[in-house]
Amino acid sequence: MPTKTPGSIAPDAELRRRTRRGFVAIGVGAAAAIAGWEWLTSGSADDGDIPPHLRSILNFNERVVRGAVYDNSHLVKTYPASAVGNIKANGDIGLDDEVEDSDWRLQLVELGSDRPAAALDLDAVRSLPRHEEIIDFKCVEGWSTVTQFAGARFSDFTAKFAPGSAKAQDVAMATPDGSYYVGLDMPSAMHPQTLLAWEMNGAPLTDEHGAPLRLVIPVKYGIKNIKRIGRIAYVNGRPGDYWAERGYDWYAGL
Amino acid sequence: MRRLDRKHTAGTRWFHWVNFPLLSVMIASGMMIYWAYDPYRIGLSRFTLFHFFPDWFYTATHVEHKLALGMAIHFAFAWLFALNGIAYVSYTLISGEWRELVPDRKSFSEAVQVAMHDAGFKVPLPPQGRYNAAQRITYSAIVLMGGLSLITGLGIYKPAQLNWLTAVLGGYEWARFEHFWLTMGYVAFFVVHIAQVIRAGWPNFRSMVSGYDVSGAEAHHAD
Repeated sequence: MPTKTPGSIAPDAELRRRTRRGFVAIGVGAAAAIAGWEWLTSGSADDGDIPPHLRSILNFNERVVRGAVYDNSHLVKTYPASAVGNIKANGDIGLDDEVEDSDWRLQLVELGSDRPAAALDLDAVRSLPRHEEIIDFKCVEGWSTVTQFAGARFSDFTAKFAPGSAKAQDVAMATPDGSYYVGLDMPSAMHPQTLLAWEMNGAPLTDEHGAPLRLVIPVKYGIKNIKRIGRIAYVNGRPGDYWAERGYDWYAGL
Repeated sequence: MRRLDRKHTAGTRWFHWVNFPLLSVMIASGMMIYWAYDPYRIGLSRFTLFHFFPDWFYTATHVEHKLALGMAIHFAFAWLFALNGIAYVSYTLISGEWRELVPDRKSFSEAVQVAMHDAGFKVPLPPQGRYNAAQRITYSAIVLMGGLSLITGLGIYKPAQLNWLTAVLGGYEWARFEHFWLTMGYVAFFVVHIAQVIRAGWPNFRSMVSGYDVSGAEAHHAD
């Protein structure tokens, strides 16, 4: 689009003016971008955690997903038995102590209470309807392995052992020694594919995979699939979460 | 007669210069994520020609042990990257500038001539508009790749809630593979782009800053 200008000096001067203006705009933009970055990464965070403004954006993303996308009718893909791979044992926090199935008890804390209402043994949990699923277990690191799990639906568990807690907003689960713990939003916990599992790949859970009872929640990354559950508490308000305190998204939903 | 020619609209320049740092941040934070599980390589069977990436590369780029931070940055800037890309595509459609950008029937044969000419062969350049045939194909492909990065990214981000999308992409692992190679595509584009910008010289670069160039009998340069 030629702009005809009389004389021969004016176009060059005009170009110089426009070039100067362009560089000033880029300079101002770059300064604004650096200031924005400084803001985003500013503020004090606990050791190992991400800066608070980044945390706020993760929480914003969670609200968007839970409001616009998440639905308990959205099921994760299931696979045939031939697709099952060899999953590695990736975390051992809270698994130090030897636990016999017969000694193990599950402390259950109902909504509004701060002490366990019941201590369930494994047979009590196993008395619930058995569900089996072969899903792609996804680690937050990026790898995934197709794995078979069998156990009771968490929704069935809640309906039987803590029906008054079904209206809770969140669930807290911890290992018997309390060293590993996760916080879960209730909709994800009540997802039909969320299991309290005692079987993996056709055999009872091994210690390194969380014997005698672990959580399998395929709408979340592996970090939320807590092994060897010792305590389940129904609460309102986000419970503490081991990896969220170390910089990861609290929601960690897939 | 000296005259001022408009080369790039303010919209094009704005989206271009905003996209550059956004894409850089997406690639850097993507590297922090990829580091935690880095299976891709060029090789055959047990022979590996090149592993993405060697340890020295991670060390030099300081992306190690930053998975949590990388995810937080990636899922924050993805908004800006997506919004800038959607705004740019809308802008080219509404302004009609897409006509100067999208390849036409002649572009593919002409692109070969352009590539041979740029490689030093004595091949005459076909007549061109704002962008030559090779540029039309490349720039359109980059925009398309941006859309694919967004789509494959969503397929990795929410493989349960968007399981239909992940399935269309060939599954979770394929989506991650595609997302990675699209990124390698940007890096390859960036290298060629910078080389071409250096080759084309200052007036060309200046036109992406000012939007204009001068032409005419007393021009100080000749393209």
